[in-house]
Amino acid sequence: MASNDITPSGSMPAGGVAGWCADQVANLGQFAMNWVTGVGDVALFSLQTLGWIFARRQRRDVLLPNFYQIGVMSLPVVALTGLFIGMVLAVQSYAQFKALGLETRLGSVINLSLVRELGPVLAATMLAGRIGSAMAAELGTMRVTEQIDALESMGANPIYYLVVPRFLGCLVLIPSLTVMADFMGVLGGYFYSHVLLGIDYHHYWANSREYVDVFDFLMGIFKSLSFGAAIALVSCHHGFHCEPGAEGVGRAATNAFVHSFVMILVLDLFLGIWLNNVHDFFRPEGPRKLL
Amino acid sequence: MPAAAPSAPRRTDEPAHPLMRVESLHVRFGSQEVLRDVSIDLEAGQTLVVLGESGCGKTVLLKTMIGLIRPTSGDVRFDGTSLASLNDRALAHLRTRYGFVFQGAALFDSSTIMDNIAFPLREHTRIPESQVRSIVESLVDEVGLPRSVLAKKPVQLSGGMRKRAGLARALALDPQLVLYDEPTTGLDPIMSDVINELILRVRERPHVTSVVVTHDLNTARKVADRVIMLYPLFRLRPDEPQIVFDGTADELDRSRDPRIRQFVEGRAGARLMELREEQARANGERGIEAALDENEDDS
Repeated sequence: MASNDITPSGSMPAGGVAGWCADQVANLGQFAMNWVTGVGDVALFSLQTLGWIFARRQRRDVLLPNFYQIGVMSLPVVALTGLFIGMVLAVQSYAQFKALGLETRLGSVINLSLVRELGPVLAATMLAGRIGSAMAAELGTMRVTEQIDALESMGANPIYYLVVPRFLGCLVLIPSLTVMADFMGVLGGYFYSHVLLGIDYHHYWANSREYVDVFDFLMGIFKSLSFGAAIALVSCHHGFHCEPGAEGVGRAATNAFVHSFVMILVLDLFLGIWLNNVHDFFRPEGPRKLL
Repeated sequence: MPAAAPSAPRRTDEPAHPLMRVESLHVRFGSQEVLRDVSIDLEAGQTLVVLGESGCGKTVLLKTMIGLIRPTSGDVRFDGTSLASLNDRALAHLRTRYGFVFQGAALFDSSTIMDNIAFPLREHTRIPESQVRSIVESLVDEVGLPRSVLAKKPVQLSGGMRKRAGLARALALDPQLVLYDEPTTGLDPIMSDVINELILRVRERPHVTSVVVTHDLNTARKVADRVIMLYPLFRLRPDEPQIVFDGTADELDRSRDPRIRQFVEGRAGARLMELREEQARANGERGIEAALDENEDDS
């Protein structure tokens, strides 16, 4: 029968089980090679970017528009996100704390969560969504329309002109965005707890002050720096290696966000573990207990 | 003995060797071979037109000549300097002696025409800004654009104006070698002729050598001192050279080679058969998919 001669994709090949296994091993090997090549490519790209930061001073007229886009234009959305997350934390924690009779400790939990985790992660996520995708799409379009080739053909370095200003913008301004997310989150949490839930403001702030210290705040800022660097490098790399056509640009923008977000989460985990060890090294008595 | 630092390539008025020498160039992307054993000597002052159908590797050849694409093997020598031997910094410096006119002009979207044309001057010279402006204005005059375009962004210009702005930018550093990638593609016949006239005008500049990649025979007949024709590798036997013609535009018109006659006369010929075969193959694949679907339904 004719249909027996046809091997649909994904079914057993002519070589039987051994052939199928060999194909799977080959596919796995190809995947591993692509992964290693990709990581090496991003690493080289990052090294070149770092090299150009120190090799030549950036021009003010190139830096400022990037800083404006990355910092100033991102402030409203970061502030709004921080405000609502602060309020949501109060909404979700209140019932449990009230059951234990510890409503006044709500401030410490909200503010600690914000400055250590949610402020930096949310600011970085918003930056990846708003700026990372836009950078990948812009650079991708420049690649597709040969503008990056044009830069090279005129003896200019595209990494110096296109990547370094965006990298510096993300690196320098993400701490400010994180501070804004922290501030608005603290404000939102306080507003909901005090104005709507009626928690006494004196105890709310006194507990916050007791359990949140400078180290927690600096930990968030330190993490945000690595998030900013990762977003810029991943997004610019996707833009630089964009495939031709509108589909290629769209895919570069989507992948820039997805991969930046994954990087943020992975870095958050490992930096969180490492920074806790650093905290324990300087404060062997450990963190103060909330309950 | 320490290795000598890469020095800036020397500009000579009367080179004893060709201005550009392409030596046994092979370019391959993955499994796809695009250029095979291509060798060209380009004399200073010459205008070379590279003809060929779409996909034959013309643009790849042009980009290899300026080092935007690294060859798989072979070499490109510019004024005696091997591009392969240069590090990134020296290659960037060498490129200041080139001008490249891209197919879509490749002007920077976010900058004005003034900033686009002034870019190479600001990047590579220390000319005061007032002088940069006057140079840009003279370049804009030279390519026949009104000075009012200087304040505009590329998106506000027509295709022909963008091409001329791209040419002005390519000429900003007074290059020795100007490379044109499909300069008349997408333009109406009148604007195409304007661009051809501009290529002729650029040729009048002292020491300027040009390479024009095109499939426009009018351009070839009008501007070429020499024409070469590249043929797609997948239509050639392994022992056939990829450059199927090297001569003048008149000789091209008189050639009896069927491959050249087909291009010059613009006949589809056997390509229609290939198209039909491809369609038949696609229909066959659809037939297989339908058979599979039927098989699944039966089971």
